Amino acid sequence: MEKPYLDIPGTTVFDADQSRRGYPLNSFCMSLMKADNRARFKADQRAYLDEWPMSEEQKQAVLARDYNRMIAAGGNIYFLAKIFSTDGLSFQYAAATMTGMSQQEYAQMMLAGGRSPEGNLYTGGKR
Amino acid sequence: MARVTAGVTTSHVPAIGAAIDLGKTRDSYWAPAFAGFDFSKAWIAANMPDVVFLAYNDHASAFSPDLVPTFAIGCAEKFEPADEGWGPRPVPTVIGHPELAAHIAQSLIQADFDLTIVNRMDVDHGLTVPLSLMFGQPQQWPCRVIPFAVNVVLYPPPSGKRCFRLGQALRRAVEDFGEDLKVQVWGTGGMSHQLQGTRAGLINKEFDQRFLDQLIAEPERLAELPHIDYLRQAGSEGIELVMWLIMRGALGARVRTTHRFYHVPASNTALGHLILEDMP
Repeated sequence: MEKPYLDIPGTTVFDADQSRRGYPLNSFCMSLMKADNRARFKADQRAYLDEWPMSEEQKQAVLARDYNRMIAAGGNIYFLAKIFSTDGLSFQYAAATMTGMSQQEYAQMMLAGGRSPEGNLYTGGKR
Repeated sequence: MARVTAGVTTSHVPAIGAAIDLGKTRDSYWAPAFAGFDFSKAWIAANMPDVVFLAYNDHASAFSPDLVPTFAIGCAEKFEPADEGWGPRPVPTVIGHPELAAHIAQSLIQADFDLTIVNRMDVDHGLTVPLSLMFGQPQQWPCRVIPFAVNVVLYPPPSGKRCFRLGQALRRAVEDFGEDLKVQVWGTGGMSHQLQGTRAGLINKEFDQRFLDQLIAEPERLAELPHIDYLRQAGSEGIELVMWLIMRGALGARVRTTHRFYHVPASNTALGHLILEDMP
């Protein structure tokens, strides 16, 4: 399958391969749309995760709230949003954690106009 | 006979919904973003449609990884706000227009657009934030809404050209409906933004402004823009912009720009908003 997007820096496109890899992780995320499930997850996260046929890597990434690891393991941000929403945190918080910046630094970058496309369109800066 | 009276596009950032629901619209952070909709609220009060055909994307709310329709039309009597992880937004139930929706579904499927029919679906911020931006916080939404969910989450979404052509077919379907209805077509999502990975926070003002210019004046040319250009230049989530071409396809070749607004940032996103009307 042709993937012309692999040279976009810092970006994982949620394609069919990622979707297949992430199916159990993303299905777990959807379950957090019910208040009862959110309560059970919060009460014992490991036990709740063990109810899903997720890989150990996927479970560890969730427990560590490492969104880059979750995305590498097939997660998609709109599914993963159910996790940080359950934690009472925003998209901006989650996005900041993925960039290695503090939330304040990230918010400041956005106020200043966001991340510039310059040097950020091709891996290695190629044209 | 029903007719398309105007097109509206707007971003549908979830934090905008939260700002409205938590009474923060006058905060210094949000006030400049909401100021762009003062005109729009007055305009729509004076140009109230009977029905809004609202193209948006579901954000893993109604459609699980089990089922990913490319185009899905809401044919139900009503649609409840979805619980996206923090409880449903405190906004009114969305009242559909099942007769017009069924007519559009039949017409578009017979015109070779393979829609998925949805008879039960909750609607998330992708649909309810645009309603809040245009209508504020009423007890009931002032018109009916046909939700039209487009997959832009699982690659590949439909092409811009496919969305543009669908908009053109939608106009013909509306004009073929017997009842006298004023219908607006809304396209939502975008503009440039990326919510994932180390490139999160990407904003491309030059891309966005060119997109707005071309959407107004050269939509046929804009419709040729390939997926990779959206992903690379507007960010992985900026590809939502293909949905704006559904709106544009439903209008005529020449349009009047009734309102144009652009603001950075709305949380992670460049907020864009247009109101377009056919030239007489």
